Amino acid sequence: MGDVSPLWRLSLMVLCLIAAPAIGQEASQRFIAKDATPSTVLVVRSTTDISIFAPALAAFVAANPSVEIAYEQWGSNALYANSLAACEGTATPADVVISSGVHQMVDLVNRACASAYQSEFTAQLPAARRWRDELWGITREAAVIIYNTDLVSAEDAPRTRFALLDLMRRSSDDFMGKIATYDVEASGLGFLFAFMDSQEATTFGGLLEGFARVDAVATCCSAEIIEGVDSGRYKIAYNVLGSYVDTVPHENLGVIYPEDYTLFLSRAFMIQKGAHQGATAGGFLDFLLSPRGRALLSQSTLIHDSNSDETAANESATRYIPIGPTLLVAMDRHRRARFIEKWRDSFGVDAVK
Amino acid sequence: MNSHMVALNGQRTLLSRVMGGVLSLLAVGGILVTIAAFAYGKNAARQSFDRILLGAANDIAESIDIVNGAPIADIPVSAFGLLSLAADDRIFYSVRGPQGEVLTGYAGAVARDFTHDTLTTPAFFDSTLQGERARFVTVARRFSERDFSGAVFVFVGQTLRARNAMALDLTKGAVLVTGIGGIALLLGAFLVIRSAMRPLEILTRDLSQRDPYDLTPMTADGPAEVVVMVHAMNRFMQRLDRQVGAMKHLISDTAHQLRTPVAAIRAQAELAIEDDPAHRTQRLERLVRRTRSLGTLLDQMLSRAMVIHRTDNAPPSAVDLRDVALKVFEDRDHEVLAPEAEVRLEIGDVAVIVMADEISLSEAAKNMLANALRHGTSPITIGVCADQGIGEIWVQDAGSGPADDVIDTIGQRFERSAASKGNSAGLGLSIVRAVAEAFEGKVHMARNDQGFRVSLALPADHSVEEV
Repeated sequence: MGDVSPLWRLSLMVLCLIAAPAIGQEASQRFIAKDATPSTVLVVRSTTDISIFAPALAAFVAANPSVEIAYEQWGSNALYANSLAACEGTATPADVVISSGVHQMVDLVNRACASAYQSEFTAQLPAARRWRDELWGITREAAVIIYNTDLVSAEDAPRTRFALLDLMRRSSDDFMGKIATYDVEASGLGFLFAFMDSQEATTFGGLLEGFARVDAVATCCSAEIIEGVDSGRYKIAYNVLGSYVDTVPHENLGVIYPEDYTLFLSRAFMIQKGAHQGATAGGFLDFLLSPRGRALLSQSTLIHDSNSDETAANESATRYIPIGPTLLVAMDRHRRARFIEKWRDSFGVDAVK
Repeated sequence: MNSHMVALNGQRTLLSRVMGGVLSLLAVGGILVTIAAFAYGKNAARQSFDRILLGAANDIAESIDIVNGAPIADIPVSAFGLLSLAADDRIFYSVRGPQGEVLTGYAGAVARDFTHDTLTTPAFFDSTLQGERARFVTVARRFSERDFSGAVFVFVGQTLRARNAMALDLTKGAVLVTGIGGIALLLGAFLVIRSAMRPLEILTRDLSQRDPYDLTPMTADGPAEVVVMVHAMNRFMQRLDRQVGAMKHLISDTAHQLRTPVAAIRAQAELAIEDDPAHRTQRLERLVRRTRSLGTLLDQMLSRAMVIHRTDNAPPSAVDLRDVALKVFEDRDHEVLAPEAEVRLEIGDVAVIVMADEISLSEAAKNMLANALRHGTSPITIGVCADQGIGEIWVQDAGSGPADDVIDTIGQRFERSAASKGNSAGLGLSIVRAVAEAFEGKVHMARNDQGFRVSLALPADHSVEEV
């Protein structure tokens, strides 16, 4: 974080405000460069925790003192509903929407709720991380398996989904009620991960069956799952967003990048149709895609570096969730209903906390 | 020479005209090809992407099941994989029940100009998707289950970016190929036309560099058209040359031949004035003789000039040699020239037709007769005969003719010696010779039993003779 952090800390000391949250809005914070009197306000609505995104936001306003960022943190489903309402003119549009519910973002773009933007930085993005020059993937975050190092031995720690399957079959009593994953109904991200798993491999059916056998727990938020594993409430959690692990204080956590395949998510960035500060939003996007912005996101663990030693996964096991029209299938009402029904059958209604 | 060049500058060369023509033809062709290529590209793109659209719609229709009496779709990812072949196009899809109620997919209004019951084959139509032009397809799937009966309709639509890009791409390719072909064609045409025009260019260069006083023939190389042109020009220049030559000769002859007799006449006249009256009559008689001789000389020189002029300017026509002989005989000039001589006419009753000029022939015949009267011995015969495609008009006298060495040189343009003597020997025959040359004939001089005969032989014209 180096030279940036003192700057934004100073500015935050003055400006850190927690506004009264609107419906669906979890928190908000304003970012202004030190001693600056900004003339424009860039409204950013995002599912990303403020604390994770703050360094990048502070660096942006420091580089552009005339801009103030009004950052609002939303849940992914609420953010989707709000963006759709803004698109239809029944809500005030944000300038920038960033969400980990990539399928929801693709749907918004498909409904013509986004503005196009092009620059040398967007042109450098691979095709799987942009669509129509209206939606861009700005991060690279893995779906990982985490385990409690005290309760699960290094030999038992499942390095692949097959190992996890075997573990659940072999010692189902040991893990009864001790395996957690996202609730696909409550979490847009959890649904997306599960949906991609169902397309990616036949192991998904076996996994559901295994979860049913050990009475796995489907729960909500990343922080709660990570904290639960660290405290020993759960032994293993499946499909946790790797970028959140380091943001929760922990002592006994092991992180596994599954070796059969690792899903990678790229948070989607969209300039909303009717944005008041479209040009500034483009500048913000360019900043995030620039080497400096990428370095800041890396430090915030939002861009996962495959070369780091903790990753056992090789390139051939890397599966990106492509930002493109195929994700519309995940938004289909019937398909979703069928999928959730199948999920429910495995977990049982009482398994959801 | 600069003036010739300047005259050319104002006008476009043939090469530039033809190249201009070819260029505009190619340009029109290029525009037509571009329009055709765009239409073709558009059609090709429409067909290919319509198939993708239909494939996706069929995929979705296939996935519909009746579950608990309600149609439920299990939208396959492959359908959207197909649609995402048009990578940057927005997608519309909607599965609707028998009454048009939305089962899954997007709810927006879809233009429908068909009744649901009649839809048996996929129906394509154009509409808009959130304000952007888009192409749609509808397919129907009919169910006849125990708990559900009726048709379920699948609508799939997509914006046109990929189609337009593909049409543009195909057009670009076609136009590029056409353009390269056109340039090659243009280059080829330029080379071919240039090589075809080269003889003309050479001719133009020769003509523009040519001295206007140079009347020598030009070399006739190159294609037939050019050769014809050069030949025509050469003929024209030859005629001009001949006439200029004739004029020069006439002037120089006149100068040569008149100077001496005129000087002689002046001398006689001065003597007649200065001499004593006893000799005056004698002097005057000489003066008259000299003057008459000068008159004859003038007549001949003028008639020769006229003959040369006419042979170049009057087109040859069919002439009966008998008419010529008769006319000369009936003019009775000989009665003035030599009243004592006896002149006979000898013509047959068959026409002798040659292609020539009648007046020139008359002059030639007159001169032949005059020569015979002057140098020959009476009786003198003028006659016409035809033999082996040759028509002849001849004059014969009873004498032995001139000496052999004189025959060889006789008929040259002029003879100083003769002229200086005040008579016109040689001039008459030179007229005959000129006429013979002009009409591809010959002059024969020969002795025979009856005497010395001079004849002008011309090729007979059979076509007229046979009529």
